[in-house]
Amino acid sequence: MRKTKIVIIIFISLMFFNSCRKDNLVIPSTDENVTDGETGEIKGFFLLNEGNMGSNKSTLDYFDYETGIYTKNIYAERNPGVVKELGDVGNDIQIYGEKLYAVINCSHFVEVMDINTAKHKAIISIPNCRYIKFHKQYAYVSSYAGPVKIDPNARLGYVARIDTTTLTIKDTCVVGYQPEEMVVANNKLYVANSGGYKVPDYDNTVSVIDLNTFKEIKKIKVAINLHRMELDRFGNIWVSSRGDYKNVNSKTYIIDSKTDKVTDVMELLPCSNMTISGDSLYVYSTEWSWITEKNTITYAIVNTKTKKIVSRKFITDGTEKNIQIPYGIAVNPNTKEIFTTDAKDYVTPGTLYCFNPDGTKKWSVTTGDIPAHIVFTHRQLKPLKK
Amino acid sequence: MTPTYSFPKTTKNHTNTIQKDTIHFNDVTIQGKYTPSKIIPVQTLEGVDLERLSVVSVADAVRYFSGVQIKDYGGIGGLKTVNIRSMGTNHVGVFYDGIQLGNAQNGQIDLGRFSLDNMEAVSLYNGQKSAVLQPAKDYASAGSIYMKTKTPTFKDNKTNNYKATLKGGSFETINPSLTWEHKFKSNIKTAINAEYLYTSGKYKFTYAKKNGYDTTEVRKNGDLEAIRAEAGIFGQLKNGEWKAKAYFYNSERGYPGASVREEPGKYKHEDRQWDRNFFVQSSLRNSFGKNYTMLLNAKYSNDYLHYVSDPRLDVTTMYVNNTYLQQECYFSVANEFNFFEWWNANLAVDYQWNTLDADLIDFAYPQRNTILSAFATSFRFEKVKVQGSVLHTFVHDNTKAVGGAAENKSIFTPTLVASYSPFNEIDLDFRAFYKRIFRMPTLNDLYYTFIGNKYLDPEYTNQYNLGFTYIKDFENVWLKKIDIQIDGYFNQIDDKIIAMPTSNQFQWTMINLGYVEIRGIDVALQFSWKIGEVGLGTRVNYTYQKAQDFTNPEDEWYGGQIPYIPWHSASSVINVQYKNWDMNYSFIYTGERYESRANIIENYAQPWYTHDLSLSKKFEWEKADLKITAEINNIFDQQYEVVQCYPMPGTNFKLRATVTL
Repeated sequence: MRKTKIVIIIFISLMFFNSCRKDNLVIPSTDENVTDGETGEIKGFFLLNEGNMGSNKSTLDYFDYETGIYTKNIYAERNPGVVKELGDVGNDIQIYGEKLYAVINCSHFVEVMDINTAKHKAIISIPNCRYIKFHKQYAYVSSYAGPVKIDPNARLGYVARIDTTTLTIKDTCVVGYQPEEMVVANNKLYVANSGGYKVPDYDNTVSVIDLNTFKEIKKIKVAINLHRMELDRFGNIWVSSRGDYKNVNSKTYIIDSKTDKVTDVMELLPCSNMTISGDSLYVYSTEWSWITEKNTITYAIVNTKTKKIVSRKFITDGTEKNIQIPYGIAVNPNTKEIFTTDAKDYVTPGTLYCFNPDGTKKWSVTTGDIPAHIVFTHRQLKPLKK
Repeated sequence: MTPTYSFPKTTKNHTNTIQKDTIHFNDVTIQGKYTPSKIIPVQTLEGVDLERLSVVSVADAVRYFSGVQIKDYGGIGGLKTVNIRSMGTNHVGVFYDGIQLGNAQNGQIDLGRFSLDNMEAVSLYNGQKSAVLQPAKDYASAGSIYMKTKTPTFKDNKTNNYKATLKGGSFETINPSLTWEHKFKSNIKTAINAEYLYTSGKYKFTYAKKNGYDTTEVRKNGDLEAIRAEAGIFGQLKNGEWKAKAYFYNSERGYPGASVREEPGKYKHEDRQWDRNFFVQSSLRNSFGKNYTMLLNAKYSNDYLHYVSDPRLDVTTMYVNNTYLQQECYFSVANEFNFFEWWNANLAVDYQWNTLDADLIDFAYPQRNTILSAFATSFRFEKVKVQGSVLHTFVHDNTKAVGGAAENKSIFTPTLVASYSPFNEIDLDFRAFYKRIFRMPTLNDLYYTFIGNKYLDPEYTNQYNLGFTYIKDFENVWLKKIDIQIDGYFNQIDDKIIAMPTSNQFQWTMINLGYVEIRGIDVALQFSWKIGEVGLGTRVNYTYQKAQDFTNPEDEWYGGQIPYIPWHSASSVINVQYKNWDMNYSFIYTGERYESRANIIENYAQPWYTHDLSLSKKFEWEKADLKITAEINNIFDQQYEVVQCYPMPGTNFKLRATVTL
């Protein structure tokens, strides 16, 4: 009997031997020197990686112009006490005042951080929140999760109005179905309604909210499945329609914010994402078709003054051939450097490309999963005391 | 702990408790002719060995085999699928009493739904089961799990057996079952078995970082309520046998969802699913003379699924309320020809019809007709055994919309199996096999609204296996028997069907892109001991796998280990029997792995290992036998995940009482 025990003990010890777990530590950030340092008004930018849905892998990266160092995954180590890090599917990132706001779609909140340290300040819970815009003392967040009426299939979205001092929701305004991006013009908030959950009955309107009363005053009929919105300096709102991925192509529309009328249809400007810098609108499109079962990727630069397509490419050195799924786009307002991200297969780290204003590649770097949203900062992020 | 179907030979060295509970197989086609385990790698858990494991479902038992990874979403109600030698769940054929369980919709079988209450044996075959007489389907998967339910046996002059079991324990689990077996005068036997299972699925789990946060939460909406009922009838023919079975399963379960960051306690996740599975199947085997045996199989199955996600209950969700109905009809004729003592052949033809209905927008309403034809022949010489088979698969799909269906497929795939026994005196056998097989794109892959891609090609696997078995019996020493199986293998997966994003996170499609190579070693060791009155059984399994994605040489992560495949995994079971006492200790280890083929720190998954212990005692009480078992699982309360964001339960308990009459 004793020997039996010995045999068992030896056996169990053997199994333990090779089975130790490492300490479960907060994942540290990683630095990569991607370019030479330079000084300027813009000190750096934050890049929000979405992370694949259900993986809780949204991460925040930071690029520092002064050092030329790209730092991957800064949130977790700067906020080791925040349970489960940044969250699931980061959908938008913006700066307002001294605060950095990240909209975490599938974690159902807006994460508010300090702009200088990226340290957690607060969360504002909003179910299925999508994008954020600011005006005066308020932040406006679009959400799919409006009130459920008799038909649970027909559930309108809403916009939440948040006091940026107290970081509390002050009011909500119901809009169209599955609202996406917003712009503010003439004291009105314009909201692109997609209706993406109502396939094939997409929404086709832009909701207009009077910011004095915070009531929806009208809906402008535009086209199906609206998504992106950009405001140019002429008061024109550029709105993207994703189409139905079948027979209706993606197109770009222009609304005049003075008349609230659709003035132009850019038939040949499919748009997945766009950004305005000066009078140039930078656009890319990854248009999926269920008919051809293919993605068609196109790029363009549009002159917002003439409303004409100036160029069918903004990457000029052939780098675009390496980009599988262009996903995020940004232009440094000072240097006019163009940033494009590649989300690749969504389940492995993506790539961020930095292009010179002439469209030649300056540098590139590996990011988190699904690099998507970029915001430039005038404050240098304070290094973490190690 | 017998590794083979060669029952009489391998059980004789076990202790009396094993023999008492042993039920003999009726697989006459295999018995006594040759032992397939020496030819093709097979691992089996059966009889009391299966009963001793502190497990709920077949999925939990399969974890003790080498070369296997289980994907487990946690809790009794969580989805559990099996992946053999890293080739993917869709390449695993799952057979219930000899006939394959279908899921044409997504090609995956949730082994967590199959109870061990009525199970006699669970076996895992790499390559294919190499019985001579078998349906064409048995040749059609890269690896297979065979579940065999109990066949009634009657001691002495008994004509009725009764068995009642009550299990209960952690997560508010209650699980009673009843079995009645009856023997008619005509020697026809019947068995009826029914089981009820309820669990709240609530358990605490902890996420903690050593230098950071530490949180404990309770898993919610993981409840499950299920009823299973089975009835079987078994008959003998002069030169064969027949059997028929009806199976019914009905369940309601909650989906706890991924455990991601949220404002604590803010939202309730209330997604629910209802399943109703029903099938009837029948099998007849008869020999006509010495040289010809026929096996007929038939099946009808009807699987209904209803899924609801309601924003009125969970404000974060979009409204989903969908039903799916799958039906399958299956017929098979297999014919064995014995030309000589050393040469026989099998010709089998199977026909299968599948249909899928769903209340989705623009749904394709696919129907699939499959004809499988297999020819196999085997040669058995004194030292060498060779088996070769060719499978032809013909698939024709229809959809409601004209032109919506995929093209017809007509594909030949071969298998070659050989073994060599160099010594007459020593029970040492070398074996090798090559198998090429594919899996059809599932009906979801091809036709699911907004995901499916009808242009998909099948996904192929090539397997090369080389190994040996060694068995030795001892007398007059404590060690009574050793049984060793070691195999090394190389697998290729080509045209792998993967989900690919289109233009945004909400739009995915399926494409044939992907090439994976798997190099692995499976080790299975079994030892039986007898020290005085103490019987001791030990079983150790170890797997090494290098499963690399070689899809795109340009890719930064080219050659990365594929998601969720650990390099090292192992299990061990130690069983001690003493008089009416029985103690079972089991250990499972899954080594470090990554959640993405990008093998970087962000995707690193910790190893996990659990220790389970059970103790049981048998009592005799008048004519009845009573057995009481107490189990403690995950003794050291390890907090772990098998699938990212799906925490597994910590320490849990179970009590089990069984009365047999």
